[in-house]
Amino acid sequence: MKTIGYIIQKEFKQIFRNKGMLPIIFILPLLQLIILSNAATFEIKNIKFAYINNDHSSNSRALLDAFEASTYFNVLNNYSSENQASEAMLNGKVDVILEIPSHFERDLQKEKYAKLGITINAIDGAAAGVESVYVNQIVQRFNKNIKVDLMQFSDAQVQPITIETIPLFWYNQTLNYKTFMVPGILVLLVTMITLFLSGMNIVREKEIGTLEQINVTPIKKSQFVIGKLFPFWIIGLGLLTVGLIIAKLIFNVPMIGSLALMYFYTSIYILVVLGIGLFISNFTETQQQAMFIAWFFTVIFILMSGLFTPIESMPKWAQTITEFNPIKYFVEVMRMVMLKGSGFMDILPQLSKTLLYAVIMNGLAVWSYKKIN
Amino acid sequence: MKRFIGFVKKEFYHIFRDRRSLFILFGMPIAQILLFGFAITNEINNVDIAILDHSKDATTKEIINKISASKYFSIKQMVERESDIASVFQKGHVKAVLNFEKDFSKNLIKDHKATIQIITDATDPNTANTISNFVNAILQQYQKQLNKDITIVYQIVPETRMVYNPELKSVYMFVPGVMTIILMLVSAMMTSISITREKELGTMEILLVSPLKPFQVIIGKVFPYIFLSIINAVVIVVLSIFIFKMPVQGSLFLLALESILFIISALALGILISTISATQQTAMMISLMGLMLPVILLSGFIFPISSMPIPLQVISNIIPAKWFIIIIKGIMLKGVGIQFIWKETLILLGMTIFFIGLSVKKYKIRLE
Repeated sequence: MKTIGYIIQKEFKQIFRNKGMLPIIFILPLLQLIILSNAATFEIKNIKFAYINNDHSSNSRALLDAFEASTYFNVLNNYSSENQASEAMLNGKVDVILEIPSHFERDLQKEKYAKLGITINAIDGAAAGVESVYVNQIVQRFNKNIKVDLMQFSDAQVQPITIETIPLFWYNQTLNYKTFMVPGILVLLVTMITLFLSGMNIVREKEIGTLEQINVTPIKKSQFVIGKLFPFWIIGLGLLTVGLIIAKLIFNVPMIGSLALMYFYTSIYILVVLGIGLFISNFTETQQQAMFIAWFFTVIFILMSGLFTPIESMPKWAQTITEFNPIKYFVEVMRMVMLKGSGFMDILPQLSKTLLYAVIMNGLAVWSYKKIN
Repeated sequence: MKRFIGFVKKEFYHIFRDRRSLFILFGMPIAQILLFGFAITNEINNVDIAILDHSKDATTKEIINKISASKYFSIKQMVERESDIASVFQKGHVKAVLNFEKDFSKNLIKDHKATIQIITDATDPNTANTISNFVNAILQQYQKQLNKDITIVYQIVPETRMVYNPELKSVYMFVPGVMTIILMLVSAMMTSISITREKELGTMEILLVSPLKPFQVIIGKVFPYIFLSIINAVVIVVLSIFIFKMPVQGSLFLLALESILFIISALALGILISTISATQQTAMMISLMGLMLPVILLSGFIFPISSMPIPLQVISNIIPAKWFIIIIKGIMLKGVGIQFIWKETLILLGMTIFFIGLSVKKYKIRLE
């Protein structure tokens, strides 16, 4: 026990002496949490919108007013020809172009039917889908209004059947994206810091040559491993604490569930990450290699964690792969406990898988650490 | 010149001897492109939902059938009471519950009106909103079917044309992003590490007292990575063309030139990082922590920049990746020539010169 205490003391001293690293460990992640949580939104607004009005009638102007009034569209420009408009789209100045054909009003009054040309820049497919929904909504509302304005009384005999829908958004009535992203980004930061630090740690001693000095001491394998990992475990939990405070104070993210449960889960989760880091450390010779491998897995873990894109939309084989992704479980648990107030029994599947993962990874790490070169 | 070539050779030896890094260096882009192309999508389909049906009559059955027939939803379970909804959400399997009111058919016939509540788990606002939109679309179609005897009087029909990506494939969006992220991190991280490594191990001193000029040392260090990054870029473009059938509408030559410009700017950033960090650890943490998330989040790779708050839109301008993504999207998908992207190119060029200038100024030829 005393030996472990000394190793831990040494590790903490080394961490706090490296003045270049301190801000990177403690300040950079929190700054990123504050800044980047604002960036991560799939909400589509301020759509760059332009129109070509070939009709110049009161109806076409009323339709354009409806777009102008919408908060989603940022009406930027009025082009006189299609060429001009498509050049603006090539330039990236415009993403949605509405073209009102000539004789728009005449057709509407005579045929009771008129067409509108909509061109959407669809490189971002998901955004294009949403933009098209917004356009349709505005046009539909406009349709209803002219019906009321122009309809003759004889038309209004049969009442159409309507099924009314009432959308209820639970846990996040205002559809605030930050509520969703802040817990997720916090997970990323805790994971990245603990993984990178633990992955580099032992390999650094290898590279500099000080590992040999430790190897000739009577320190046992397990003592050494525990002593090495404990400081990062503390740093991870410390980051979580500060991150949660920021989430509460700056972003006002609701915390419905039990804090104790969150800490309990996180303390096991960090063990998984540290085990992976140590394992990488044992199998590499230089810090460069270690970092590279850690980076490789982090990027894949992040992208497949359901943090930015939903896991349910992935094909089945990919969903099977995500079962081996620890970040996925952490993201799920954080969101479930914080936002929905899930209890111990609800997160039991994630918890037991994480625990199993921790045992396996740390077992492998201790087993693969050799005191002989 | 001969000395310089010798030095570059040494660097290549260093890289090729390290099999593990080399494997990652080339395995990474392939794995990422494949993952993005096949697995990761922000389209929404196959969402698990639950039904709470208070009437259980013919109409609600028909609606439920329509919903379960669509590719967007699969009905996972039936809920009996309102009070069960919370526990269903807390388990986390079901994303939405459709709540049909009592006497649904009867109300529809008598009052011409009936109500369905769409209760969504809005912890993920994007999914919640999309679910609600999709359910509405299905119901609207059903209504049209019910109302087909009544002619709708006035109608304006939007005809929507999706340009540059008519099938709305998300891989079109992700390929430019993945390419940027890989080139940025490989170039910046690898150079910054390989320079600080010499510092940390003490071999930098030997290089500095050698007859090689400092700028030759730096260029020699960077040169192999230009070469490797170009191979990476080629692999990514080839994969996206042949596996994902992504078009290259514009000139490949222009794409190559722009990519080289971006690689050089990332390398310059790497040199700059190496001049301000003393150990490999610091260099790595700066390039990983400092570059990875901003490049993913602020470059318009996943999240649209125009929806961000204004201060972040301003900050995003100093991220070289943002400009490069605009450039590749332009060349590959819109097929534009240099006359449409000269501004972005100029900005990238300016940044590169700035990074190089700053690192030359910060570069110390003496060790402390």
